Amino acid sequence: MNVPSVAAPLAADARKPARLKAMMTTYRVPLSILALCILPWLLPSKALAVNVLIYGVVCVGYNLLFGYTGLLSFGHAAFFGAGAYITGIAIGQFGVSWYLAVLMGVTGGAVLAFIIGGMSTRTRGIYFSMVTLALAQLVYYVALQASTWTGGENGLRGFTVNRINLFGFDINFLDPVNKYYVLMVFAAAALWLVSRILNSPFGAAIEAIRENERRARTCGYDVERTKLLAFTLSGTICALGGTMSALHLAFVPLESLHYLTSGMIVMMTLLGGASSFFGPFIGALVFLLMEDVFSLWTSHWQIIVGSIFVLFVLFLPKGIWGTFLSRVVR
Amino acid sequence: MDTELILMQLFSGVALGAILVITALGLSIIFGMMGVVNFAHGALFMVGAYAGLWVASLTGSFWWGLLVAPIMIGVFGMLIEFVLIRRLYGRSIDDPLLLTFGLSYVLVEGVRIVFGSDGIPFPTPSLLTGVVDLGVGFFPIYRIFVVALVFAIVVLLWLGLEKTKFGLIVRAGSRDPMMMRVLGVDISKVWLAVFGLGVGLAALGGVLAGPMRSVNPEMGALVLAEAFVVTVIGGLGSLVGAIIAGLLVGVVISMTALFAPEMATIVMFALMAIVLLIRPQGLFGKLA
Repeated sequence: MNVPSVAAPLAADARKPARLKAMMTTYRVPLSILALCILPWLLPSKALAVNVLIYGVVCVGYNLLFGYTGLLSFGHAAFFGAGAYITGIAIGQFGVSWYLAVLMGVTGGAVLAFIIGGMSTRTRGIYFSMVTLALAQLVYYVALQASTWTGGENGLRGFTVNRINLFGFDINFLDPVNKYYVLMVFAAAALWLVSRILNSPFGAAIEAIRENERRARTCGYDVERTKLLAFTLSGTICALGGTMSALHLAFVPLESLHYLTSGMIVMMTLLGGASSFFGPFIGALVFLLMEDVFSLWTSHWQIIVGSIFVLFVLFLPKGIWGTFLSRVVR
Repeated sequence: MDTELILMQLFSGVALGAILVITALGLSIIFGMMGVVNFAHGALFMVGAYAGLWVASLTGSFWWGLLVAPIMIGVFGMLIEFVLIRRLYGRSIDDPLLLTFGLSYVLVEGVRIVFGSDGIPFPTPSLLTGVVDLGVGFFPIYRIFVVALVFAIVVLLWLGLEKTKFGLIVRAGSRDPMMMRVLGVDISKVWLAVFGLGVGLAALGGVLAGPMRSVNPEMGALVLAEAFVVTVIGGLGSLVGAIIAGLLVGVVISMTALFAPEMATIVMFALMAIVLLIRPQGLFGKLA
């Protein structure tokens, strides 16, 4: 008689983390938004919180391709930068209103992702990383040369957004708290979109391609088209991150197109945990926090961040969140 | 436009191409034999240039730098393989790539700490300064030396891979490492040597490029992209492809620099895009 009463709580305990995990998956979008709402009050500065927001969106978009489709792109800076540059040029040189500029930046990034994706998804395996890197460097050098539009080496300036009009409310965009919560709406939209994509049959198809491309092909999936669509969606979300960055900084540095920015996106995503929903955002948060803390001690903080990344690849390839899930929730 | 100028620019392209050939060969050998894409190749090229400069200033002679730096960095490469990359065999093909990318971050920052962030001029050795009249025009002696040396090394590499027992083991190991183990060959030693050789070639490229470009911690980024373009055009793992594509890219860059200088950095990527559209596996690559 005693046996079940002992076993039952044990079994319930064992199932508890699993049930918690299932609940977190179901409510992943509201949970992320809740976390984002309190984030600026937990971090040392509001500017850091805005950066986490921006790179979190970029990494969530990147992870759609890297974590879920299994394609290691080293060229996503091109879409991030394109979104930022197009937004900046639209506001600064054509006087377009800010929301239209965001729309143009995202659309431009999507078109660029479609073109680069069209070329790079033709290649197989390890070529893909090299080709995406090379094509993104092409975009970098084009931006460097087209200095009448982009400002060349000095980056793009002169498009400060001071006040924005949001459904009739006039908001002071220079106030970091206002800025954070306005940009958070974009981040929430991106998170919802990615969650929706992952829940769709298309989401299952990209994971099938990651697990076994040949099997997915045999099952009748059009692998090339699916990859291209995943690439384009992923690039589009990165471009949204780029437009947010342009609005935030009122400046687009040329480095935002450089392959080291692509590498940073890869590092953040892997650090947090690829192929998990919360991982990329956590990765962006941890990476930027490390940058914030280490750069106080030394200007050579990259050597510490690089070493930590190498250790993660060696010992914790699932990243912070992925390791946490596999250790705590079995 | 007179022919002399075009010939000079053509030769400049060959010299530039020679550096690309030696760098891309290193990348291609490592990939062909081990299946590892070395993202730290550009950074190791840069470290090689700094090591050459350091040895040269220590001994007072460029020649010591040219000889010692590639060996030094090659041994360093073997250390990288032994300590880090070896742990990743059998895991996803992306893992060594990610690891070497992280490593390139560390190397670039390490060089900044030791040598500073600013560029350092790399003097041309006194024996090789000046120009020589070849009948059709004046050519810088240093660039002629680079082309000749790269040619000699390519011939040596070819002989080493095709005619020696070690070359036979390396080629067989790239085809079927498991079978080589069955036959009693310690393949991990072969991979150690191959990685060291590939990294040594990158370092040699760095020392040779020193007097032609300025030496700075960021020089590896462009080199990595160039080496990728060359290997993608030539076909990854194909040595003939790396040589022909390297020379082709060098010549195309410098001819574009003559007619449309602002397009010079862009044109090689456009060339790669065209090759990808027509032959995704590269000019000399085999379809996977």
